[in-house]
Amino acid sequence: MSKEPVAVVGIGQTKHAAARRDVSIAGLVREAARRALDDAELTWADVDAVVIGKAPDFFEGVMMPELYLADALGAVGKPMLRVHTAGSVGGSTALVAANLVAARVHRTVLTLAFEKQSESNAMWGLSLPIPFQQPLLAGAGGFFAPHVRAYMRRSGAPDTVGSLVAYKDRRNALKNPYAHLHEHDITLEKVQSSPMLWDPIRYSETCPSSDGACAMILTDRAGAARAPRPPAWMLGGAMRSEPTLFAGKDAVSPRAGKDCAADVYRQAGVTDPRRDIDAVEMYVPFSWYEPMWLENLGFADEGEGWKLTEAGVTELDGDLPVNMSGGVLSANPIGASGMIRFAEAALQVRGQAGEHQVERARRVLGHAYGGGSQFFSMWLVGAAAPES
Amino acid sequence: MTSEEPSGVRDIAVVAFAQTDVRRTTDELSEVEMLMPVLHSVLDRTGLKTADMDFTCSGSSDYLAGRAFSFTLALDGVGAWPPISESHVEMDGAWALYEAWTKLLTGDADTALVYSYGKSSPGSVRDVLTRQLDPYYVAPLWPDSVALAALQAQALIDAGDTDEPALAAIGARSRRVATLNSRAQLRGSVPQGDYVVRPLRTGDCPPVGDGAAAVILAAGERARALCSRPAWIRGIDHRIEAHALGVRDLTDSPSTRLAAEKAGAFERPVDTAELHAPFSAQEVVLRKALRLNDSVRVNLSGGALAANPMMAAGLIRIGEAAARIHRGESDRALAHATSGPCLQQNLVAVLEGEPR
Repeated sequence: MSKEPVAVVGIGQTKHAAARRDVSIAGLVREAARRALDDAELTWADVDAVVIGKAPDFFEGVMMPELYLADALGAVGKPMLRVHTAGSVGGSTALVAANLVAARVHRTVLTLAFEKQSESNAMWGLSLPIPFQQPLLAGAGGFFAPHVRAYMRRSGAPDTVGSLVAYKDRRNALKNPYAHLHEHDITLEKVQSSPMLWDPIRYSETCPSSDGACAMILTDRAGAARAPRPPAWMLGGAMRSEPTLFAGKDAVSPRAGKDCAADVYRQAGVTDPRRDIDAVEMYVPFSWYEPMWLENLGFADEGEGWKLTEAGVTELDGDLPVNMSGGVLSANPIGASGMIRFAEAALQVRGQAGEHQVERARRVLGHAYGGGSQFFSMWLVGAAAPES
Repeated sequence: MTSEEPSGVRDIAVVAFAQTDVRRTTDELSEVEMLMPVLHSVLDRTGLKTADMDFTCSGSSDYLAGRAFSFTLALDGVGAWPPISESHVEMDGAWALYEAWTKLLTGDADTALVYSYGKSSPGSVRDVLTRQLDPYYVAPLWPDSVALAALQAQALIDAGDTDEPALAAIGARSRRVATLNSRAQLRGSVPQGDYVVRPLRTGDCPPVGDGAAAVILAAGERARALCSRPAWIRGIDHRIEAHALGVRDLTDSPSTRLAAEKAGAFERPVDTAELHAPFSAQEVVLRKALRLNDSVRVNLSGGALAANPMMAAGLIRIGEAAARIHRGESDRALAHATSGPCLQQNLVAVLEGEPR
């Protein structure tokens, strides 16, 4: 049976910031949703269903907030789904929404992901004690730092690579008006001399805590034909999950990530990602994850990812730009971060990315991961509609 | 089908269902330990293994578990190795089933495992549910779930739609028929009790309990191979209403009616209905919205008044309806799930068995 092609015709983001005290949670999500509708030149009445995602409810202290947000997102009288797949949720939410269109259950779907971290304390939210379990008191950085060290040992990467990524992403963010961090005086030396938090991860190599939301309007072929601006076409999308911890888990390059990418490439007819894909928005909350994911996603052989970063391949004007928007390192409203990757990929192929636009971006990958590097969601979007 | 245009879509069925006993407390079990036997049971019914599933989707709530990312531990229990195509909704498992159904409709998957679970016993579920409310204006006042349901019940009484003896009869009937359901928590003769919040008495309120459920979906010929009488999903839809109670008519459930219409529930009569009505008065609202007359067998399982494990109770309604079709006790059944205060969000599925 054939699936309906899925097009992105509207994209909206909030200005991400440490604390958006000017808006409620409802105000924040509505800001992104309105911008997505305006981009698509559609109204609330044109939306058939709403699919919303965010990371844990404890991050704001609101249980199942889709109930409270139904009014703000124009969902009254419509279907509304709430997705939660840890840090990958922004990507998963978009894929669940895309499936509603692909399955021809609905024609036009609003999908949105958010986090308003200033409402509560994410470190507390992640550190609630669980009986008989090792507490994660060090936060996410403490969990991921040993995996980075394992990568450095395995690949022989020099310890300068992480700071190169952070320096690049923070400079890219200066070209993205929605990015949280705009460090106009950033230098490589400043990154390298920032305090060590979880060796080898320095302060300037970590993501900020942000308030923010991202929304997209997904529609079918007929909806795309009516769109006022070029659509981005979904060429492939997939999710993969594996257990948190088990003997034999490769925390540096999880198999779930490889399988997920392979599924997306198969759907999109990608045989050589390095050649067939023009740019990547990947989920890099700690700088070293750029070279790690370059390998996991098949852009470099095992142990070779850092060489692409070091050679400047992933710079905005490089051969394979990575995180043109500034990435998670420059704005991290956790639940929204995956969807921002997906949306920025779509912006690129629509030619709508403004100052951080990559020339000739025809096929761009959006990537998200979550949990203990165990949940993955990805999509590949293109400027041209899929052939099938 | 819910789409605006007819489409030659594939047939998808519930082919297996399993659930735990629902109990007031399960202190000796973690959520994963509670869930594992159900997963094994539902897989055993089809002879399938986790690795045979094209898609897996679950529903649960971090707030009940008291920790962030609580569903990750359940995934460990599923045995997601080699890695699986998997997703999770922070909703009742009925909505996880809806997500799985759309996945099967795309043709990307032929089989799906759906599960959900919840333990209400570690905390006070009345207090916990207040955290679902508008966080700025309502939640700080801590209006609890029974108090809100009591508003709805009083509105129905004031409108002349029911009275206290009629509500008591709903509770009594639910627990009487639940004597035939070994999984139910409250069974047999249960006193109506004192007022909890007027006009609701203990007998009008659901028991607080822990439980889990799992369902397997399959498409087309796979369904026929896995089940002698598959419960075909003829339609499934869900709708949400405004959150603020002040802008809703609590005596009606327009979202249920619309979901039922989109799911095709009104096209032909159903013989069976499983309604997720945690409070007796909500059954009155739902029967009206769904136009169920006395010829329809409603909640033969005992419904949510006999067992209401949070996050699983809606999926259990679908499972119970499907199981009746599997056993040949129903030919066309309606299943309903709800979420949010006073029936804010509602899902309706229509299931059918092939003619015998």
